[in-house]
Amino acid sequence: MKIRKGWYALFTFPLMFIFFVVVIIPFAIGIGFSFVEWDGLAKHAMSFVGFDNYLRVFTDARFLQSAGRTTVYTLISVVFVNVVGLIFALIVTTKLKTANIARTMLFVPYLIGGLILGYIWKSVFSEFFLSIDWGNWLTDKTKAMIAMIVVTTWQMAGYVMIVYITGIMAIPDDVLEAANVDGASFLRTLFSVKFPLLMPSFTICLFLTLSNCFKVYDVNIALTGAGPNYQSEMFSLNIYNEIFDLSNFGYGQAKAIIFFLIIAVITLIQVSITKKREVAM
Amino acid sequence: MKTAKTSKIFANIALMVFCLLYLFPIYLILTNSFKSRSEMYENMVALPSKLSLKYYESALGKMNFAISIKNSLILTLVSIAILVVLCSMTAWMFVRSKNKLSGALFGILVATMLIPFQTIMMPLMQEMNWIGNHMGVKMTDTIPGLVFMYIGFGAGMGVFLYHGFISSIPVSLEEAAIIDGCNTWGVFWKIVFPMLKPTTMTVIILDVIWIWNDYLLPSLTLKAKANRTIPISTAKFFGQYTISWNEAMAALVVTIIPVAIFYLACQKYIIKGVAAGAVKG
Repeated sequence: MKIRKGWYALFTFPLMFIFFVVVIIPFAIGIGFSFVEWDGLAKHAMSFVGFDNYLRVFTDARFLQSAGRTTVYTLISVVFVNVVGLIFALIVTTKLKTANIARTMLFVPYLIGGLILGYIWKSVFSEFFLSIDWGNWLTDKTKAMIAMIVVTTWQMAGYVMIVYITGIMAIPDDVLEAANVDGASFLRTLFSVKFPLLMPSFTICLFLTLSNCFKVYDVNIALTGAGPNYQSEMFSLNIYNEIFDLSNFGYGQAKAIIFFLIIAVITLIQVSITKKREVAM
Repeated sequence: MKTAKTSKIFANIALMVFCLLYLFPIYLILTNSFKSRSEMYENMVALPSKLSLKYYESALGKMNFAISIKNSLILTLVSIAILVVLCSMTAWMFVRSKNKLSGALFGILVATMLIPFQTIMMPLMQEMNWIGNHMGVKMTDTIPGLVFMYIGFGAGMGVFLYHGFISSIPVSLEEAAIIDGCNTWGVFWKIVFPMLKPTTMTVIILDVIWIWNDYLLPSLTLKAKANRTIPISTAKFFGQYTISWNEAMAALVVTIIPVAIFYLACQKYIIKGVAAGAVKG
């Protein structure tokens, strides 16, 4: 189909212009910012420091702890979210009459944004737990992290459930019937028939939860606010605090670039795995 | 047979009880938002003895709820309307005129979906302030400025989803329309756009969940009280006052109501859209 250049420009220019202004230009400026030292005040000059900002992260105890904590939190959350989400999906795809209502109810938390959700659970972990003499979990560093994982699981299990349901529905009935005729037990069918056929859904869900958990911000700020004493500060919040709280614009931006590189690596691994699998099938 | 029937009934009841327990945090804020302070600390799980709307009145007032919900609605609706129009037009052009420029721009759009918001938040704010100071267009602390930024951030996913769908529809219908004397504009709006409805629904659903709940971007740009969105006014509520929990819970309940209405009204589309978005994104 032949389309004249004028139409091409009219159709694509507005979006591409906005996209460049909002995403590409700031990304490019951001790389530049990561090589300077600056406190964010226009009247103060920036000084070029080369790779110092990138080297500085290795001696920043608060940052290293935050990055390590985020990694542990992410790995544990990914397991919990996927196990719980998969169990939900297996239950709501049975022929139970209440399965549809259950699906509707279990998905509710995902629609409530992370911030509101964090505040709702804050009332549970502080006020409710105090009222039943369990103590305030958010003032203890370990329990605060457990609280983060609980809320993350609560928020995202319903989300991955939806993806697993799509995968389960796509399993052809005759395959399951064949397993049934061959006398396969429930567990045998689950592990030898359903799970191998669900591999594409596993890949999607694992990486969705992996990058979403690694980027967690809203739940963090609402539930624990990095407390107690920065002991629950995650990677995203650490970047935010470095820039807007401590006014280290250059150093904070270097962390932001490192953050991007980590997310990019996770996603690129995902893409290559998905591609390979497509070839195999 | 009889035992199979009773076990089925039992399974249904167990599932419903589990789902209700799963949503316990929502029950907790709902029931306590109607109680007086002393009644709340007596027993947080009990139902209220009478429905007092006292805390709702003060919470709605302190949150500026009417203004916040108006801002959130305008922001979400306008951003999404523009995103749908511009993304579908751009994606269609990219698919129908396959040249190096289309390929490169599409590649950039998709690749930048990897960039976490934290990586560009600071340079973006610098750029937006600069535009305000040097070009006289106020981008920060205005709803239109925020709409502009959401269009930029939503471009990648929108074009990506439309691109995939348009690639799968045959071009013959469009060619027939051109022979009948329809121009490019007419072909797109009369022939192509109506066919894109399933993708349009997916884009709308995913963007509603994202923009309605987004906290970090508006928290960086919106300063004036009159511009606050729902997440911002909720966060201010939890930050500004020593938390009076009954009032806070009432505030949380009213912020969930719009989400609940949205969910009840378009549940089918939401679940379909979220599944499609996860699988293709």
